[in-house]
Amino acid sequence: MTRAGGFILAAGALTLPLWLPSAYHLHVAIMAGIFAVLAMSLNLLLGYTGQLSLGHAAFFGIGAYTSALLTLKLEWSFWPALVVAVALAGAAGFLIGRLALKLRGAYFVLVTISFAGVISLVSINWIELTNGPLGLPGVPAPELGPWSLRAKSAYYYLVLASVGLSYLVCRRLVRSRIGRALVALRENEPLAESVGVDVTHYLVLAAVVSAAMAGLGGVLYAHYTRFVSPEVFLFTYTVTMVIMVVAGGKGTLAGPLVGAVLFTVLPEALRAATSWQWQMLAYGVLLILLVFFLPRGIVPRLNALAASRRAAPAPRA
Amino acid sequence: MAELLQHLLNGLVLGGTYALLGIGLTLIFGLMNVVNFAHGEFYTLGAYAAFAALALAGAPFFAALLLAIAAGAVLGWLCEITLLRPLRSESIDTTMLVMIGVWIAMQNAELLTWGGVAKSIPHPFPTAPLVLGPVAIAPLRLFVMVLAAGLIAASWLLIQKTKLGRAMRATFQDCDTAALMGVGIGRIHAVTFAFGSGLAAAAGALLGPVFLVYPSMGDLASLKAFSVVILGGLGNLPGATLGGLLLGIAEELGAGYVSSGYRDAIGFVIIILVLLFRPSGLFARQERIA
Repeated sequence: MTRAGGFILAAGALTLPLWLPSAYHLHVAIMAGIFAVLAMSLNLLLGYTGQLSLGHAAFFGIGAYTSALLTLKLEWSFWPALVVAVALAGAAGFLIGRLALKLRGAYFVLVTISFAGVISLVSINWIELTNGPLGLPGVPAPELGPWSLRAKSAYYYLVLASVGLSYLVCRRLVRSRIGRALVALRENEPLAESVGVDVTHYLVLAAVVSAAMAGLGGVLYAHYTRFVSPEVFLFTYTVTMVIMVVAGGKGTLAGPLVGAVLFTVLPEALRAATSWQWQMLAYGVLLILLVFFLPRGIVPRLNALAASRRAAPAPRA
Repeated sequence: MAELLQHLLNGLVLGGTYALLGIGLTLIFGLMNVVNFAHGEFYTLGAYAAFAALALAGAPFFAALLLAIAAGAVLGWLCEITLLRPLRSESIDTTMLVMIGVWIAMQNAELLTWGGVAKSIPHPFPTAPLVLGPVAIAPLRLFVMVLAAGLIAASWLLIQKTKLGRAMRATFQDCDTAALMGVGIGRIHAVTFAFGSGLAAAAGALLGPVFLVYPSMGDLASLKAFSVVILGGLGNLPGATLGGLLLGIAEELGAGYVSSGYRDAIGFVIIILVLLFRPSGLFARQERIA
């Protein structure tokens, strides 16, 4: 992306609440932001290490439940709860990373999905803590000093800041030694190892950052909807993240952002025309079509188009 | 003691169908190398096919079971030739994404067709349990157990004793050599996938009348099938049979003595523990069929 384009995009994102016509549109923007954080988190693993986690809803849910419980039961304020929730999700990522990353490919997928299954059952059955299937209502809205961030426009900026922070963390990670090590591992693990890349170290690091980021998404979600129930572990969330990353372009920085915006806005736009079930059906078909026709995603495709246009002689007027 | 025996018996009923699911998946995942997250959807398909035949058309139980197997096999065959065949040279991750797509699409197609409300399948058996000494079993469950055992034996015979079975084993042992010997590789892939899917559908048709039928029932079925396959070792047919029985019994014992709320966690825990500590499965691989 060019620098000017980046500025225009940032300016647009910063002034969005001013020119969006209604609170509903702002709600869609907030959800897009939360999903952007989640998609970026999944992309760190899927895009840069090549390992698909189908347990990302678990980290999302751990973040959501932790901060909801801390603010509700211990009456902590939002910010320390956020820090602890993100740290706890990261710790879960560390555990899964340590355990599972000696496994690769399909086995990694199975361990992550099983982990999410266990965590989800705990949230349903540990009724004294989680209130079981009824969930936890009345999660307080965050406050920043004297101001409450209850209003959608204020919350939007909180989400936007989180998206920005996550993006910067991803970029810093990906463009550093660590990112190059991760890509080297994805492309040829024995070769990377032979030149001294510490496989486990880097993969665990990616898992921790990815899980912490998903936890951040969970915190944002919990304090926005103000309600947490075992539904946060629904596989639908993981599937949505996967579609966003695969469609946007895995292993690119902009891909998850594009995917998140597209797949939050599009279903909302189509909601009048179709039911939720049709949408999920379409997601399934779309995933298949993407693998066949756009295997690398939208952003790499656009980049390739732009590059070929630059290389080719200018079209005649 | 009687209680323990009762749990073991219930576990065998459940385990027999898990073994069917597991055998189907061990062919698809263990031999064909397709991480088939849609496996449970074929199970659901079988359950709904049985529901349609028994509740709507009033067909006899055997006809319903055969219809379910046929539906699973045909759809599995279609799935293989349209989606998996073009991607055979691609990585395992690519086909996994496709199968995740199939999973979501099939599940929501079922939701749209049948609605979200759980359905119970009527069956012709008396509800009064048969009392056999210290234990009791509903006639339907006994029938399910016998049929599952029959289907497991039939699959084993098919793979070990027929020409088709030999071609399947040859293909997944050494594809190039098998092709040189005149085995139609493409056809064998399609047949294997159809066979595995048909077994999953059979499991659905058998367990459907015992429990309830609902669109998302396949999610847990998939994961249980994976835990059975991992428990038994990839591509290991006797391993999958034993693994299925073990999982069924472990679930019944866990639900009976520990907590029924965590019954479904057992499969998950098995996946995690076996992959971490004994990744080639619990049983030695001498019987691995390919």
